Amino acid sequence: MQTQDITQPQHPLKAEARNLSFYYGAVKALKGINMPIHDKKVTALIGPSGCGKSTYLRSFNRMHDLYPGNRYEGEIRFFPDNTNLLSADVDPIEVRMRVGMVFQKPNPFPKSIFENVAYGLRVRGLSNKRLLDEKVEQALRSAALWDEVKDRLQALAPTLSGGQQQRLCIARALATDPELLLFDEPTSALDPIATGAIEELVHELKKRVTILIVTHNMQQAARVSDYTAYMYLGEMIEFGNTDEIFMKPNDRRTEDYITGRMG
Amino acid sequence: MPDSVHVSTQFDEDLARLRTHVLHMGGLVETQIAASIEACISGEVDRVRAIVDTDRKINDLEKAIDDDCAHIIARRQPIASDLRLILGISKIVTDLERSGDEAKKIAKGVRRIHEAGTLPKQYGIGIRHLAEAALSMVHQALDAFARMDGALALNVIRADVEVDVEFKSIIRQLITHMMEDPRTITTSIDIMAIARAIERIGDHAKNISEQVVYVVDGRDIRYDKGAIK
Repeated sequence: MQTQDITQPQHPLKAEARNLSFYYGAVKALKGINMPIHDKKVTALIGPSGCGKSTYLRSFNRMHDLYPGNRYEGEIRFFPDNTNLLSADVDPIEVRMRVGMVFQKPNPFPKSIFENVAYGLRVRGLSNKRLLDEKVEQALRSAALWDEVKDRLQALAPTLSGGQQQRLCIARALATDPELLLFDEPTSALDPIATGAIEELVHELKKRVTILIVTHNMQQAARVSDYTAYMYLGEMIEFGNTDEIFMKPNDRRTEDYITGRMG
Repeated sequence: MPDSVHVSTQFDEDLARLRTHVLHMGGLVETQIAASIEACISGEVDRVRAIVDTDRKINDLEKAIDDDCAHIIARRQPIASDLRLILGISKIVTDLERSGDEAKKIAKGVRRIHEAGTLPKQYGIGIRHLAEAALSMVHQALDAFARMDGALALNVIRADVEVDVEFKSIIRQLITHMMEDPRTITTSIDIMAIARAIERIGDHAKNISEQVVYVVDGRDIRYDKGAIK
């Protein structure tokens, strides 16, 4: 693995994968990944289908716990408290409060716009109407959706457009004040304008929250991220500043992938 | 530079065509320089018109290649080595076009000198020497581009010092000559312009080589004397 300055990070770390491996039953999908996640920065994960980038992303909020036979090795250290997110004594529900996730296809609950955003807060036991109103508005504003939906908060979420639904999902993830947001190809189902709106949002959000994004769109990775990691066959091949990765990657395999060459 | 091919063969073809056009333009510029120097030494003023005419072709090629670069950027969004190649080519054609202009300047100077008389013999050798060194730089710079050879490009950059030394020696000679015999001033100024044009051609070859280094390994070595040691 080639790295650029990861031993002396320019920014404090929000998280760090340490020798992280992951098994789907007998299949080893991640092979000893070491990688820093810089605080309040956007890190993009790129690589061909099946390279493990989504598997890696999902490890951060313990999504793999939902299926039997899955197994982690190594650690994901979460800062500033230096918790190992993968530790058996760490509650996955608590992890997911701190690490939000937005999926490829917008997946709003079949409830009202308001209830979608309030959902995580209610799960947390918040029932004060005024506080809920406040939090929901805040989350919708942060997701740049408030102005479009403030007059119809009781409308069903699935009546929104695709781009709006995705921003609603981001608002839902933001409502619980997560420290890290995971995006798994958040714009692959959206048109260029809706994609632009999400990218703009990512740019705004990183002032408050750390972001890890999986994308197949190379230009998107180049546009939105501060750091980029190239993964291949479950390994992290190269991690570095996005500017360097897209102008002059160190590893030949990264170069071949991002320029669209056959290895 | 990666030697593997793109998944899109169309993209590979676009890039290959672009490189071929640059080399074609480079070949034309080399011919122009050689012809203008030949005219200078032999006194064949009739060749000047052809040189001036051919310069228009070079200008057109520069525009066509720049246009191709813009299209590739718009359609392919090249990154990494592909992007460096496009950026490098866009700068290389500017230097090639300017080298063509210098050849035209030489040709016009030749016409002025020979309309007024002949090139004093003692300058023939110096000019030829200087021109050979500059032409060799251009040739090798294009070779370095064709083969994407960063080491060769660095050699070209080092060679520029020799051209500069030759140039200064001709200038010294001219100044002495003018002081000794003021009647030679008009011709001397024209010779000076020719020598200056040849020296500039060497500078352009150096610039081209710097771009080759950038394309090959991503280093921007312009204005960095330490990089060529």
